Amino acid sequence: MLWNALLLSIREIRRNLLRSFLTTLGIVIGVAAVITMVTLGNGATRAVKDQIASLGSNLLIVRPGQRLGAGYGSVSAANFKVEDAAAIRAQIGGLKAVAPVVSKGVTVIAQANNWPTSITGTTADYFISNNWRLGQGRIFNESEERAGKAVCVIGNTLKRELFGAANPVGGEIRIKQFACEVIGLLASKGQSSMGSDQDDTVIMPLRTVQRRLTGNQDVRTLMVSVKDGVSTDKVQRQIKQLMRERRRIGDNEDDNFNVMDTKQIAETLSATTQVMTTLLGAVAAVSLLVGGIGIMNIMLVSVTERTREIGIRLAIGALEREVLSQFLIEAVVLSSLGGLIGVILATLASIGLSGLMNIPYLFNPSVNLLSFAFSAAIGVIFGYFPARRAASLDPIEALRHE
Amino acid sequence: MTGSAGAIPLIRLQGISKTYGQGQAEFQALRGVDLTVNSGEFVAIMGPSGSGKSTVMNILGCLDVPSGGAYLFLGEHVEQLTRPQRALLRRHYLGFVFQGFNLLARTSAQENVELPLLYRGESGTARHAAARAALAQVGLEGRESHTPAELSGGQQQRVAIARAIVTRPSVLLADEPTGNLDSTTSHEIMDLITQLNRELGITVLMVTHEPDMATYAHRVVHFKDGLVESDSRNGEAA
Ligand SMILES: Nc1ncnc2c1ncn2[C@@H]1O[C@H](COP(=O)(O)OP(=O)(O)OP(=O)(O)O)[C@@H](O)[C@H]1O
Ligand SMILES: [Mg+2]
Repeated sequence: MLWNALLLSIREIRRNLLRSFLTTLGIVIGVAAVITMVTLGNGATRAVKDQIASLGSNLLIVRPGQRLGAGYGSVSAANFKVEDAAAIRAQIGGLKAVAPVVSKGVTVIAQANNWPTSITGTTADYFISNNWRLGQGRIFNESEERAGKAVCVIGNTLKRELFGAANPVGGEIRIKQFACEVIGLLASKGQSSMGSDQDDTVIMPLRTVQRRLTGNQDVRTLMVSVKDGVSTDKVQRQIKQLMRERRRIGDNEDDNFNVMDTKQIAETLSATTQVMTTLLGAVAAVSLLVGGIGIMNIMLVSVTERTREIGIRLAIGALEREVLSQFLIEAVVLSSLGGLIGVILATLASIGLSGLMNIPYLFNPSVNLLSFAFSAAIGVIFGYFPARRAASLDPIEALRHE
Repeated sequence: MTGSAGAIPLIRLQGISKTYGQGQAEFQALRGVDLTVNSGEFVAIMGPSGSGKSTVMNILGCLDVPSGGAYLFLGEHVEQLTRPQRALLRRHYLGFVFQGFNLLARTSAQENVELPLLYRGESGTARHAAARAALAQVGLEGRESHTPAELSGGQQQRVAIARAIVTRPSVLLADEPTGNLDSTTSHEIMDLITQLNRELGITVLMVTHEPDMATYAHRVVHFKDGLVESDSRNGEAA
């Protein structure tokens, strides 16, 4: 009987193919949205972790403001100065590099081409702390740093976009009103797992950027690379202590800066993406519920439309529960079909979008299974009421129905 | 199946009454109907419009319950059965033919006829064979795959009859089976019903307005104002 009811419902669905499709559309979209959101969210979280892990475990990042995260740093917290970097280097042992960093988004012009990018003002230490290797030319030296000369090292994307196949070293790029000599080309790092292009960068002496672009002495970030074998925890504590002194923070005041190692940053960022994933997933789940109401609507219409048929079935001896199960199974088949299409759609969308966003595609069996089970459950819940109504019809009146 | 002939009649109505509505709107459609039908009989029910013919057919067909009186089917008190029990009684003992055919639309003749067997839980091959045989019996071989829309009124009624007899019911209940058909086709359908009554021993209860159709029956019961007015064997004085 169950098998028959199943065949029957499939026939009924085929008979009204367009209507069935439109009915399940809500479920299809709901399931696809839930799975895609969660899959992409998980991928993004993984990407964040991967990228930060690739910086190495011995990197400490010092920023003004209390905590790294969404909208990191409060506006009121004072920026650092070059002297802070010097103080760290002078007073704390076991360090490989200490790089003060400022950055600014600008449009760079060379020959007839222009390209929007981000300029990083820093010292030679930056190449060590961020694992940059040189492809061609050289990095800036101490005298160029001190003089704030207009020299720069560019990434591969800049070379491609501005110089094409030509050798950029020795060439010139223009930023706003000043020209800058290209003295080096970075070895390509490729796209980051976050989707941002790591080679889309221009590195200049700190002083050059401060004078010509930011117009102040501020340093936004200090990147501190710890020697292998030296405890990052200990260095972290020492930097905190030193910065509290330098920033004259009283004993009972909170830090107005933060020192984080890459692991902590990864955790903070992935916690943020997790929250986003949950939120988006919840929104998508609501759409799934709306899809369920759509199913109920159509099933109610279907019951009214098929009143005579139900009368015939009851007259020839169908039991109430047989009619009930027929309509219930129809609703479940309809919604599960929608769920199945949704799962397939979500897989395609997730693979496509994660490719576009440059994040890993992580197949999540539990979300797929759960969404599918939920769609089937929606069929049961929203199919029950119409089915109940069909089954309890009076056969005589049902037969008389036009 | 029709069992101990003689001792227990197939159908026995005793003082059956049926009241519709309540209070002011109360209406007595049946007011104490007594009727006994033996196995193998072919009974025509006649009477003016509103006399309660369809009402008594619905009660006989276990689609409705009487307000009073007793209905014994093979000695069982039907008026005391629950809704599912009545459904099972319909499933196993009764077949219906309606004035409006009442076939499933957009469904082949074959599938329409298989429907009652589906609810009896018969296997696919058994259903298939039985439905084909029933369709052949009503003269519709070769039309198995036609949907109601592709069949004439007479053919549709034949499909309905095939559906009613495919389970080999004890009783065939037909409420104005020829009401929607022209006279030639009506006679063909009556010939078919007579043949089924004679050859398969199916008891037939048929409501009709046309005296012509009633002549096919062994016995004619006249209803008037919710009561049996006359009950005579054909050939005797009406
Ligand atoms: N569900 C109902 N509710 C109220 N009154 C009803 C209902 N069904 C039938 N009746 C009334 O009961 C009476 C008998 O109806 P019934 O359908 O049995 O007549 P009938 O003899 O079959 O008439 P016809 O030859 O026109 O089909 C009618 O007066 C009808 O109005
Ligand atoms: Mg009637």
